[in-house]
Amino acid sequence: MSDAAGRITGISGWVVRARATVPLALREVVLVGNERLIGEVIALDRTEATIQVYEETEGVAPGDPLFATGEPLAIELGPGLLGGIFDGVQRPLRSLANAEGDFIGRGAQMPSLDREKLWNFNPEAELGCEVHEGDILGRVLETPALVHPIVVPPGTSGTIEWIAAAGPRRIADAVARLDDGRELTMLQKWRARVRRPVRELLVPDAPLITGQRVLDTFFPLARGGTAAMPGGFGTGKTVTQHQLCRWAAADVIIFVGCGERGNEITQLIDELPRLVDPRTKRLLAERSILIANTSNMPVSAREASLFTGVTIGEYYRDLGYDVLLLADSISRWAEALREISGRLGEMPAEEGYPPYLSSALAAFFERAGSVVTLSGRHGSLTIIAAISPPAGDLTEPVTRHASRFVRTFWTLDRQLAAARVFPAVSTRSSYSEVPTGVSCWWSENVSAQWAPTRDEALKFLEEASLIEETARLVGVDSLPERERYLLRLAGAFQEGFLQQDAYDANDACCAPARQMALLETFMRVRSEGLAQIANGAAVSTDFAALQRMKTESPS
Amino acid sequence: MTTAGLERRGLAELRGPLAFVEGVSGIAFHEFVDLVGSDGETRPGRVLSTTEKGAIVEIFGVTDGLQLDASRVRFHGRPMRFSVGPELLGRVFDGLGRPRDGLPPSACEDRRTINGSPINPCRRAYPRDFLETGISSIDALNSIVLGQKIPIFTESGLAHDDLAMQIIRQARAPGVEKFAVVFAALGLPRDTAARYLTGLQASGARGRVIAFLNLADDPAAERLITPRLALTAAEYLAFDAGYHVLVVLHDITNYGEALREISAARGEVPSRKGYPGYLYSDLASLFERAGRITGRPGSITQIPIVTLPSGDLTHPIPDLTGYVTEGQIVLDREIARRGIYPPVAVLSSLSRLMSDGIGEGRTRDDHPDVARQLYAAVAHVERARGLASIIGVDELTEIERTYLRFGERFEREVLTQGGEESRTIAQTLDRAWSVLRELPRAELTRVRASVLDKHYTP
Repeated sequence: MSDAAGRITGISGWVVRARATVPLALREVVLVGNERLIGEVIALDRTEATIQVYEETEGVAPGDPLFATGEPLAIELGPGLLGGIFDGVQRPLRSLANAEGDFIGRGAQMPSLDREKLWNFNPEAELGCEVHEGDILGRVLETPALVHPIVVPPGTSGTIEWIAAAGPRRIADAVARLDDGRELTMLQKWRARVRRPVRELLVPDAPLITGQRVLDTFFPLARGGTAAMPGGFGTGKTVTQHQLCRWAAADVIIFVGCGERGNEITQLIDELPRLVDPRTKRLLAERSILIANTSNMPVSAREASLFTGVTIGEYYRDLGYDVLLLADSISRWAEALREISGRLGEMPAEEGYPPYLSSALAAFFERAGSVVTLSGRHGSLTIIAAISPPAGDLTEPVTRHASRFVRTFWTLDRQLAAARVFPAVSTRSSYSEVPTGVSCWWSENVSAQWAPTRDEALKFLEEASLIEETARLVGVDSLPERERYLLRLAGAFQEGFLQQDAYDANDACCAPARQMALLETFMRVRSEGLAQIANGAAVSTDFAALQRMKTESPS
Repeated sequence: MTTAGLERRGLAELRGPLAFVEGVSGIAFHEFVDLVGSDGETRPGRVLSTTEKGAIVEIFGVTDGLQLDASRVRFHGRPMRFSVGPELLGRVFDGLGRPRDGLPPSACEDRRTINGSPINPCRRAYPRDFLETGISSIDALNSIVLGQKIPIFTESGLAHDDLAMQIIRQARAPGVEKFAVVFAALGLPRDTAARYLTGLQASGARGRVIAFLNLADDPAAERLITPRLALTAAEYLAFDAGYHVLVVLHDITNYGEALREISAARGEVPSRKGYPGYLYSDLASLFERAGRITGRPGSITQIPIVTLPSGDLTHPIPDLTGYVTEGQIVLDREIARRGIYPPVAVLSSLSRLMSDGIGEGRTRDDHPDVARQLYAAVAHVERARGLASIIGVDELTEIERTYLRFGERFEREVLTQGGEESRTIAQTLDRAWSVLRELPRAELTRVRASVLDKHYTP
């Protein structure tokens, strides 16, 4: 790696062309120039390679050296990921800050996972037994919240000839040796852009509970499913995502801040470690990973960041965990594709996006799933992708293409956000193809009445919004009493059910049973109120009490 | 290998602000160059793209009158840099950082590349210190914190200049003494720039202001450099000298158009409305230079001004700006027509960093409640007004009419403010309570009962 494998021939932004003296492979990682900036080969012809560089290229000149690594973009996997903060190509931002200071410099080479840190390895595999990929060699308590099985890496099998005794080991130390002499460590490297094979892809059989009423009750997301969350700016997308990070019932949370604001990422970095996991009473940092490629960090690393995140997600899924990946936002990611494509002079399809936008999105979303892994474990990877549609236009290419690959679609509404109704999920333009499995889960675990009550509530909301349209034309007072009542109740429903106060201890996260209880209360009150009106009796509905219910301590 | 001092006679092609140089190799990307025409005049430029055979250079200067063969290109072997130091305060520069105030060039020793480097997200400090602008509609409802980036979305003919100047004059933060302003004019008409300068000097802010002026008839390519110079200076003041710096970039729309112009000249594939696909990343490279850094005393707060082309919030420039910045302050022509200054549209404005910067120990304990309630009440006023325009005021219920009265008083007593009038946050909140008392207590559902008991005395 120390000898130059070629010379740079041209630079335009972060697209670099080079003439190599050794054969390069497509998607091979190369190092560019004397500062050895990280790049990836994205096109090859007989004479030249085209490279996207993951760092600022100012000062690189034709004639500068090119170094080959012989390896594709790969992600380091093993104990030490949890609690970590990485950039789009998995450089550890904390260690980088300690080594380089407050600003991100160039050409920093640093292993993603700490090589010196000691982990207490507890062997499990027996001498002489035959192991295959994914089989457990031993375990490490990665954080107090998660036990990390150390498994045989992909493409490896054999008979265990030696296994390390219990005790502290560094991740690159051998913990087992196979009969062919191969030594296995706690560190694995997986290709970022290739989907991990599984034994079986399961039909989703349970919802991923988020604790957010409007999502869980009306537009549920299956565990191992995919959701898109389009929202223009000012629609409270970030607030909603932070809520999901905190409350979603997943073992591991991966947040990919892809072209995000620096201050928002910082807020996440500040807040995550302090948050207490509602289920385990442990810190959220102990089971979350942050990929941060802010909007001013190199755009090609932004393109890579989704794959970095999803590869880590697949890794923990293969260890048998339920993983939730939040990507914010795939619009910024698609724009990175567009920028790269534009720099390469490719013929654009709609709105300047490359023609392969759709297949690139599919390649990302299709990595979600509830699976039986090659080694027979159950695990799931759920993906929630935020979309920032330009001008809030839901017909734009990224939203349109994404909607073909997701089953749950949460539309954030600017008017709701302006009225400070969070999560600002529109009940009229969101949808979820509720899988039978999810429906069954609710009726088995919460209430058999879930599906009918939910349908009733959806109908009520639809009716109320029609009445509201009428009211806007003729005034509330011109409406018949029944309509006026429904409108008033819909207002209470918005405040007392749909809106959820992220800062209220009782309201921030709402358990499924409580969601159901609140929903049933509202529907019961509705029937009672309508009956009273029909009988000409005075309506006894206490709207203020309905609105307060959600913040009262659960009894 | 360096190309410092390398000189090349003759150009292969000239197209708008771009010069194509052939027969030179080893030119570094973003290298700084001088182009000398047959008139003997030197125009600075920057390498946009380079190969073994030559380079494309963007020229910051007038390219009219240049000839191919009679032009010379001198390479500097390094990227463009700007000298920073305490002497910058009080100075006025042109869009390329050359003195415009008749004084000699700054003698600062510390030369920095103008693109800056991204702040490591692990080292950012989350902004939560309230910046008081003295303007009620901003301080009460769209509170700004030190280190935030929040644009003013406006339209031609609205009082955004006055508002920006008023903010510059009045901005203060508790316990902050080292306060500085960096002003960058991006394609501003001469008279507007002059007004800013006069205003800044008259306010006594001179001595803590640095101005960079790229005027409307200055070359478009130069406009891409100006904000980067301003931010390089601001980064020095904030992160080296410990100042709290307010950066006003006026007008980002002109900047975006310059970017489009250069992109088109390069023959790049356009994205929305002809703007290049990298508009978002480019804007982010400016706006993300706002912020605070853990362990360093200063901050950079940015107030970019964006003139909405024909009032269109969905135009690519405001749209993408909104995705990078932390909220927006929207000025509205209809409100201005009613004689309200500053014409801030309360409901479409938003400060994303507000919630952590206000409340007890920061502004006042009742601030979050007041803000929540005002938002809800103003939204109600809008609905009542909409209804009144259809069925007439007389047909409205009593409560709707109360809201209309509240709306009138809110606009008169809270929104409306004199151009020289600076209100403390306490004065602003007291005014808000005064108009909230117009509403019956039962309507104030967004205020905690304890706060109501203290402040709601009809």
